[in-house]
Amino acid sequence: MESFTTLTGVAAPLPMVNVDTDMIIPKQYLKTIRRTGLGQYLFDELRRTPDGERIADFVLNRAPWDQAKILIAGANFGCGSSREHAPWALNDFGIRCIIAPGFADIFYNNCFQNGMLPIVLPQADIDTLLAAASGCGNHTFTVDLDSRTIAHPGGEIAFDIDPERRRRLLEGLDNIGLTLEKAAAINDFESRQRSAAPWLYA
Amino acid sequence: MARTLFEKIWDAHLVDKAADGAATLYVDRHLVHEVTSPQAFEGLRIAGRSVRRPDATLAVADHNVPTTARAEGIRDPESRLQVETLEANCAEFGVPYFAMDDVRQGIVHIVGPEQGMTQPGMTIVCGDSHTSTHGAFGALAFGIGTSEVEHVLATQTMVQRRPKSMRVTIDGALHPGVAAKDVILAVIGAIGTAGGTGHVIEYAGSVIRGLSMEERMTVCNMSIEAGARAGLIAPDAVTFDYLRGRPLAPGEADFDRAVELWRALPSDPGAAYDREVKLDAAAIAPLVTWGTSPEDVVAIDGVVPDPADARDAGKRAAMERSLAYMDLVPGTLMTEVAVDRVFIGSCTNGRIGDLRAAAAIARGRKVAAGVSAMVVPGSGLVKRQAEEEGLDQVFLDAGFEWREPGCSMCLAMNADRLEPGERCASTSNRNFEGRQGRGGRTHLMGPAMAAAAAITGRLADVRDFNE
Ligand code: SF4
Repeated sequence: MESFTTLTGVAAPLPMVNVDTDMIIPKQYLKTIRRTGLGQYLFDELRRTPDGERIADFVLNRAPWDQAKILIAGANFGCGSSREHAPWALNDFGIRCIIAPGFADIFYNNCFQNGMLPIVLPQADIDTLLAAASGCGNHTFTVDLDSRTIAHPGGEIAFDIDPERRRRLLEGLDNIGLTLEKAAAINDFESRQRSAAPWLYA
Repeated sequence: MARTLFEKIWDAHLVDKAADGAATLYVDRHLVHEVTSPQAFEGLRIAGRSVRRPDATLAVADHNVPTTARAEGIRDPESRLQVETLEANCAEFGVPYFAMDDVRQGIVHIVGPEQGMTQPGMTIVCGDSHTSTHGAFGALAFGIGTSEVEHVLATQTMVQRRPKSMRVTIDGALHPGVAAKDVILAVIGAIGTAGGTGHVIEYAGSVIRGLSMEERMTVCNMSIEAGARAGLIAPDAVTFDYLRGRPLAPGEADFDRAVELWRALPSDPGAAYDREVKLDAAAIAPLVTWGTSPEDVVAIDGVVPDPADARDAGKRAAMERSLAYMDLVPGTLMTEVAVDRVFIGSCTNGRIGDLRAAAAIARGRKVAAGVSAMVVPGSGLVKRQAEEEGLDQVFLDAGFEWREPGCSMCLAMNADRLEPGERCASTSNRNFEGRQGRGGRTHLMGPAMAAAAAITGRLADVRDFNE
């Protein structure tokens, strides 16, 4: 998996609450059998009219935010469907860090599986970052996972993250490989379960 | 120490616990569908890994399958490729698969319980958020992403941090005309779509005890709409009776031993939850949603709410956006809202009990002029049962379409979808913008209510039909 250490880039403001994964990537793009290529359809129905025209005032259609690498969002981001196509689409677009007051659980977890960093901050900090990402001037932020800080044009904000998740991201560890190292414990579990409830095994 | 149902299942499946608290949990059963699995199998192939327990895995195509003219196969090339990819992956990795022409095919969350694959005390996962449905049996069932699907295929475990627990107790008696769907919509309305975030919700109380297995599945199904990791209901005689004799349930020789283990699962008296919520059954009316979030619920005899009454600016902005999308004016009676389409089906309300409830309203009546209404059974077995009971004829006589099983217009990945601006009374679980088709407007409700809407051509109060 790709590691995440620091990320420097434009931050885009999207101050909507309850952004669901249907909105992030509509179902017609879930028919793919690949992980890549979804960036062009990110937020499709907000970015394009039914006739395929770009909706000029949607933030990710406007410079400099069309180059965004960081998204500042509202509460309960990523709710709804478990589709991992949502983080894939964000990643493919170039957004590898999402900062919000809260995330839906499955989406949050899916981000880490793809070397992406979701950051939870109190609403007051989100408001500061939204202001820094909006308006004119410089919108470049630097997210540093090692020092757990977000540097923005107006200052710096610290964030918290689970230490194990942080370690795995920093080192870009392969989760399946790590679990397979526990094969002995899995075998033990299975033999215990098989004798207690043999009907669970074909 | 007194433990909850959730804690008992969790503890019983711990394979390993890291110093920082991340748990490796054994996964007893894994359901797979075509949309969220291709990249997972591809990952296995690239890494040269195999499926650890094909015998604990079951795959079925549901999201992309057409609900008409099955014999012609799938027209849309992308949908067809996705289903064919699932078939090829199952063949390559030895995973059992129910093909489209198999009577057991259907929506993954209907098929698992129907086959007896879903059992009390199990851990169950699927690359689908509505895996919470299986919690109705007292199984700990999580929706997971595709990377985790790959992880489970390869290792039969998942790495999880222990969620918090919440108990939602609903005591009292439901009024006539109030269905399981109204119960769960009331819960979501009360705690909000992020209310359960980070929690496993256990539903308890006299109302839950009194529900059939199918109704319990409707309740647990929408736990994810409350933001919860999973929903749970303690197993009891209703659960055991449902399971006995099903193909993948413990056989006669083992059944009583299994029941003995299952009887030890319910939460001990005095077990503590991180959060408790109580609802009074008598306060629950037949509900519909007015907005674009499942928490946007209102009693069918109520009115479209006014953003001016919102508790804060963020909520007000969200309400205004929803009302604009839904093309609704505050103060309008919900029963005055006219519908174009009616969808009865999905993993929330596509079981036989749901079709019976809808047919009871449709019987001897006609779908209103200008309304197109469809009934999509949740599985081939549900369809067959309904046909044996003559329900298909009831629907057809009333002017409903009678379709082949699948997810259909719940998410509109196949040909069944709303046109821009169309308004739908739907028994599914999500009223998000564009969920049932770009620009489509969804009102969520129970199956009898949806049938009533088809008959009147407007959102309708099912209590007016119980003469
Ligand atoms: S019926 Fe709807 S919610 Fe259920 S699995 Fe299918 S698409 Fe998902």
